[in-house]
Amino acid sequence: MAPQKKEPISKKERLQIPRQVMPQQDPKERIKNFNEVPYGLPTEMAQTEAMRCIECKKPLCIDGCPVEVDIPGFIKLVVDGDFIGAAKKIKETNALPAICGRVCPQEEQCEKVCVLTKKHTPVAIGYLERFVADYEREQGEIEIPELPPPTGKKVAIVGSGPAGLTVAADLAKMGHKVVIYEALHKAGGVLIYGIPEFRLPKSIVAAEVNYLEKMGVEIHTSFVVGKLDTVDELFEAGFDAVFIGTGAGLPNFMRIEGENLNGIYSANEFLTRSNLMRAYDFPEADTPIFVGENVAVLGGGNTAMDSVRTSLRLGAKNAYIIYRRSRNEMPARIEEIHHAEEEGVQFNFLTSPIKYYGDDNGWVKKMECVKYELGEPDASGRRRPVMIEGSNFTIPIDTVVVAIGNSSNPLIPQTTPGLETNKWGNITVDEKTMMTSRPGLFAGGDIVTGGATVILAAGAGKVAARAIHKYVMGITFDEGEKDKEGEKAKQA
Amino acid sequence: MNKILAKKELCEKIHQFKIEAPHLVKKAKAGQFVILKENEAGERVPMSIGGLDKENGVLTVVIQEVGKTSASMNRMKVGDSFSDVVGPLGIPTHIEKFGNAVCIGGGVGIPPIYPIAQTLKAAGNHVTTIIGARTKGLLIYQDELSEASDQLLISTDDGSFGTHGFVTTILQKMIDDGEKIDFVMAIGPVPMMKAVVNTTREPKIKTFVSLNPIMVDGTGMCGACRVTVGGKTQFACVDGPDFDGHEVDFDEMTKRLKMYVKYEKKSYDKFLEDEHCRLKKQIENTK
Repeated sequence: MAPQKKEPISKKERLQIPRQVMPQQDPKERIKNFNEVPYGLPTEMAQTEAMRCIECKKPLCIDGCPVEVDIPGFIKLVVDGDFIGAAKKIKETNALPAICGRVCPQEEQCEKVCVLTKKHTPVAIGYLERFVADYEREQGEIEIPELPPPTGKKVAIVGSGPAGLTVAADLAKMGHKVVIYEALHKAGGVLIYGIPEFRLPKSIVAAEVNYLEKMGVEIHTSFVVGKLDTVDELFEAGFDAVFIGTGAGLPNFMRIEGENLNGIYSANEFLTRSNLMRAYDFPEADTPIFVGENVAVLGGGNTAMDSVRTSLRLGAKNAYIIYRRSRNEMPARIEEIHHAEEEGVQFNFLTSPIKYYGDDNGWVKKMECVKYELGEPDASGRRRPVMIEGSNFTIPIDTVVVAIGNSSNPLIPQTTPGLETNKWGNITVDEKTMMTSRPGLFAGGDIVTGGATVILAAGAGKVAARAIHKYVMGITFDEGEKDKEGEKAKQA
Repeated sequence: MNKILAKKELCEKIHQFKIEAPHLVKKAKAGQFVILKENEAGERVPMSIGGLDKENGVLTVVIQEVGKTSASMNRMKVGDSFSDVVGPLGIPTHIEKFGNAVCIGGGVGIPPIYPIAQTLKAAGNHVTTIIGARTKGLLIYQDELSEASDQLLISTDDGSFGTHGFVTTILQKMIDDGEKIDFVMAIGPVPMMKAVVNTTREPKIKTFVSLNPIMVDGTGMCGACRVTVGGKTQFACVDGPDFDGHEVDFDEMTKRLKMYVKYEKKSYDKFLEDEHCRLKKQIENTK
């Protein structure tokens, strides 16, 4: 049945519609599989939710979106039953709606500033974005936008994560030739190796990558820039500009005793084995993963939640989150914490390990922890955890996943003379243009900001794409615009 | 996709592959490594470079069958392709004119010695290469190494060829004879590398080893390849693979290499069983 247009109703009536709740897999069932947890809104619910948008005169949601999606515009099209039109509307500024609809922290962005938030609950913008992107894909009607005549300019993109994919899409839409170089064997970066299937199905990433390829973007996988060709060699090969979006690929460890015992993983390794290498399907897929009965995941971010929920699905009996601060300071999305709780994850706040004990074969068996209390706020504005003397205790553990963030990968800075980095090794850029210390060389995403989110990387990619366009076309930066972009970049 | 151009059985369960990889070969230097992946569901396995044909863009890799992945790769034929050959990875071996250099190889650590010996010789060193095997039939790369070195010395555990004993038997004799050794590079099984560094520790001979721990991405992203060197954790993929042998915690490395033994066995057994069934069916069909 073709989608129907909804009849207009009054603002008062709109305000009376409750926010729709997305159906999801039962927690008891879902911890036994890797299928996606939320099912998505059925058409009727999506249109009902869309009717909740009161079409305010000065919508704030667009400014809340790092990639500037015309949110009221696409929601109106959902009400009208023109779902394909809605998808196209989003894709005018966001090449990755099915991904963003799933993994963006909307509650911190568009939904946070929605006019309804103050007195009611915000419009479920993320749900609707996902709905239209899924509708389009499932209808098999993904059309690429009409492309302008080729400009003859070539841009190389290093890394195919959210930043790189966004830059690629935007530049392709402007008629530039785009070539992406990806070090791993599959395109998608963290969307493929990091975020689990149950949160972001790989087929969705593949479809969005495929969309870029349809627009003429060339993708070379298993190509390690810095080792195969350096950035300078890419310029010599005729690229007019290069964008670095290699992510924050160097896992942090705590540097405590026993950390190299068997059974202790970085989150990057744990998730890469499970997601990219499909270790959950061992021995059908060749890469193994070890998950014991008692799994401790260190950290309180989305990566920690992804790891701990993965461990449950791989057979952990007790899956713990060990976090040095309290619940309020956890950087993970509320939805993810909630999902983890529903699935039986045990949270240990104000706790941190100080030492691991292993057996004779080098396998971790026990973890010694100490308790913390919250002191004065630190530079991040969060209350600083202070160790409580003598609070040591040990817990039996046979798998540990260290999810306490990443440092920047040195491969590109090491092999690119003149590329400036800060003291953490992150590439420094002009915030207005995302251009590095090297003319024509741009960077964005985690390699610039340190570990952040998919959408902020995409947002940085958007700013970079505009600047790259101007750079390769020889257009000077407009002052007013410069400032506006600077603000955006700062948010990113 | 990287095509297999030639394949040769060097000895039981050890095969040499010549793989088309022009771009990689152009960039690769002695001491670096590659990651091979056979197909979609395949593992990413780090492999040493056993030769670089710069002129024809051909990469040589030697694979020993130790589990499912290596067994499956060793059954690939000329004309088949690896889905991925990634690299060159790691930092090349530091080569300078040391004077008298000794290269030591054991097992599948022998092939990567070859490009290193070549490069050391080209840098003006006098190169002695020592290789060892359990028995004569398992010795590989003799022709290549005698060409690349000023002198090639061989040991076998059972005395079936060359010196009866280990590579360190030969090395110890050189030291005892008062031969001047300025640099040692050792690549092979962990017990061999450990024995070599124990031999050179006392006489304080600069000794480097090339480590091949378990890896996933090979670019510093996962940390699977953590090794302790000089009391500090290093990532073999980006900080190595070469390290000062006297600083390496080999015992930790040995344990870490065994992390997936149970899984590897399960996977290998299944592979062999499937292969057996397949062959049986084939025989029945031809009857």
